[in-house]
Amino acid sequence: MTINGWAQIALFVALLLLFTRPLGGYLDNVMAGRRTFLSPVLVPVERGFYRLAGINPAEEQSWWVYARAMIVFHIVGFAFLYLLLRLQDLLPFNPQGMASVPPDLAGNTTVSFLTNTNWQSYGGESTMSYLSQMAGLSVQNFLSAATGIALAMAFVRGFARTEAKTIGNFWADLVRVTLYVLLPICVLLTLFYVWQGVPQNLASYVEATTVEGAKQTLAQGPVASQLAIKMLGTNGGGFFNANSAHPYENPTAFTNLVQMLSILVIGAAMTNVFGRAVGDERQGWAIFAAMGVLFLVGTYVAYWAEAGGNPLIAALGVDNTAGNMEGKEVRFGSPLSALFAVVTTAASCGAVNAMHDSFMPLGGMIPLINMLLGEIIIGGVGAGLYGVLLFAILAIFLAGLMVGRTPEYVGKKIEAREVKMTMLAILCLPLVILGFTALASVLPVGLAGPANAGPHGFSEIFYAYTSGAANNGSAFGGLTANTVFYNGTLAIAMMVGRFAIIVPMLAVAGSLAAKRKTAASAGTFPTHGGLFVGLLVGAILIVGGLTYLPALALGPIAEHFAMLAGTLF
Amino acid sequence: MLRHFRASIVMLLSMTVLLGLAYPLAMVGLTGAIFPSQAKGSLIERDGKVIGSSLIGQNFIGEGYFHGRLSATLDTDPADATKTVSAPYNAANSSGSNLGPTSKALIDRVKEDADKLGKGVPVDLVTTSGSGLDPHLSPASAAWQVARVAKARNMPEADVQRLVAQHTEGRMYGLLGEPRVNVLQLNLALDAQAKR
Repeated sequence: MTINGWAQIALFVALLLLFTRPLGGYLDNVMAGRRTFLSPVLVPVERGFYRLAGINPAEEQSWWVYARAMIVFHIVGFAFLYLLLRLQDLLPFNPQGMASVPPDLAGNTTVSFLTNTNWQSYGGESTMSYLSQMAGLSVQNFLSAATGIALAMAFVRGFARTEAKTIGNFWADLVRVTLYVLLPICVLLTLFYVWQGVPQNLASYVEATTVEGAKQTLAQGPVASQLAIKMLGTNGGGFFNANSAHPYENPTAFTNLVQMLSILVIGAAMTNVFGRAVGDERQGWAIFAAMGVLFLVGTYVAYWAEAGGNPLIAALGVDNTAGNMEGKEVRFGSPLSALFAVVTTAASCGAVNAMHDSFMPLGGMIPLINMLLGEIIIGGVGAGLYGVLLFAILAIFLAGLMVGRTPEYVGKKIEAREVKMTMLAILCLPLVILGFTALASVLPVGLAGPANAGPHGFSEIFYAYTSGAANNGSAFGGLTANTVFYNGTLAIAMMVGRFAIIVPMLAVAGSLAAKRKTAASAGTFPTHGGLFVGLLVGAILIVGGLTYLPALALGPIAEHFAMLAGTLF
Repeated sequence: MLRHFRASIVMLLSMTVLLGLAYPLAMVGLTGAIFPSQAKGSLIERDGKVIGSSLIGQNFIGEGYFHGRLSATLDTDPADATKTVSAPYNAANSSGSNLGPTSKALIDRVKEDADKLGKGVPVDLVTTSGSGLDPHLSPASAAWQVARVAKARNMPEADVQRLVAQHTEGRMYGLLGEPRVNVLQLNLALDAQAKR
């Protein structure tokens, strides 16, 4: 580890902190339908959308109507994207003549982009037409991100409202966040990325004759516009197979910094939105602090592991001072690769700037743990906030059990129904992750997947289902996942990981909104202080630790000790 | 329920027009006007022909050129379309090796290269990059090859060293990223020197 490495990490954290409150204020205004500086331009566009779709944005929805609108929107989105991928060979913007995407891959990819996962069983530059990338995948990048933020806002309203039957209007939330937040920021980001070297064109691939006279085909495309939303919406699906390790998709350390920031900035701002909505910004900062603790610990371990390098390679007489460079790019080195890996899995992004499969055992374990905990360290746009608030309900319930009184969180009594729904949401992740991992580890179709042998092969399977269920989308890429078995089971994992959390979460929102706010008394446990932060971190780690430690022991931990003993597989 | 379907279909289609067509196409037009070179992929031409991109590495094998990182990219086997073959720096199919730290294939490969290149070889010269297209080397890895390149080109080592120094980029703004050498640009400078 170097001083420069830590200076870059410190700069990143400082910038994130700087943006959290102003963006939180802006988001709060947008979602409440107040005027912003963009209103003169965008209000007519917004109204146009409502008129076309026959929607009254002021019409309030109960949690169940809200959930139904969201689900129907996903069914329509699925059909549209699936057809687009299947028919891409017949449609325009396909200069490379990409063939129709096969049914299992198209199904997996559609679920993947609808659920904000962006797991990719394919390589972008060898599979997708420009139309599929722009009008199919990019559009879902926007909409799945907007859906996440909309859902989080609905949940926040559950805490903020008193004796209310409704939690907002799904369509208004969706349109507002897309028009006022995602699209304008993406336009700026696209300009920045192209300035730094990211291509943005519709040309066919360039045939170059290299200096030594060989042929090199340079893949092109509208990369920058998709990259912008891929990061900002915590989607993470690469335009190219190598994702943000590709020099066209992340050409400089500057683009790398901006990409990392845009992954976390909306998620961080959402904690502030929560604080504002419940009338006490400290509540938001307490959540942010708990996330920050977990983030810094993870960053330290990952950076330490990657900077230390592979002892098996050092033993061969190689100068290992740059750390573990297998699967990494020189312009990022070990510090920025480790930090990016933590950031992308803290959120539900899943973009990578280095191959996680080639990380040190413990370096690769950190992204895995981040996802297993449910991506609540800042988290995906929206998804991170409602994920962590579910843990906050659990933590406050545990605290209530200890002192024997009905727990309260930001003025709302937490009772049996909320805790049951919360547990349902929290338990569905381990069910699909551990269940499918176990299945794939014994079935021949599953065992055909891993590229590496030994504990690392198990880690590849474990990582895949974790990434799918947590809606992350990064991979230990050695796994051959483009098979009917993996495409199918991963699609199920992604759907469960999204909807089996969303629906109970909305139910909690509905039941919280209906409750009266209780005034804080001397006996109320304050949820803006260090004690609550500690309790929340504890609840997250205990739930995660108890559930996943055995599986982690079989994968990365076993591999770490095998490596120290010099065992190869 | 039917109301939701109508709203969903109209919303999806209008959003697709805005986000999936208007936005990317407007960006193609705008960036093409403001940053034409970058928008087209930072291509480099020599004698009127495209010889590559300044952002994408190439597979140098000649003794007189600096060699870049190892690349694990693949291509379809021309003899059998269901199989793949090694095709370093295939810029139409980026990928890493995805070999884990305890992989025998990884350690055997590194051992073979380290034995060939000598004790103390910098780690980035014996490992594959994440994209398989890394355009850069660490300054140490460039320095490691100076003697070989100078000998093959019959140039004084000091001249080659000077070119390496000229093409060494520091951290951006003194802070971001790592010091590095763009291998393609360094080799082009070598060729330009030879012509003079």
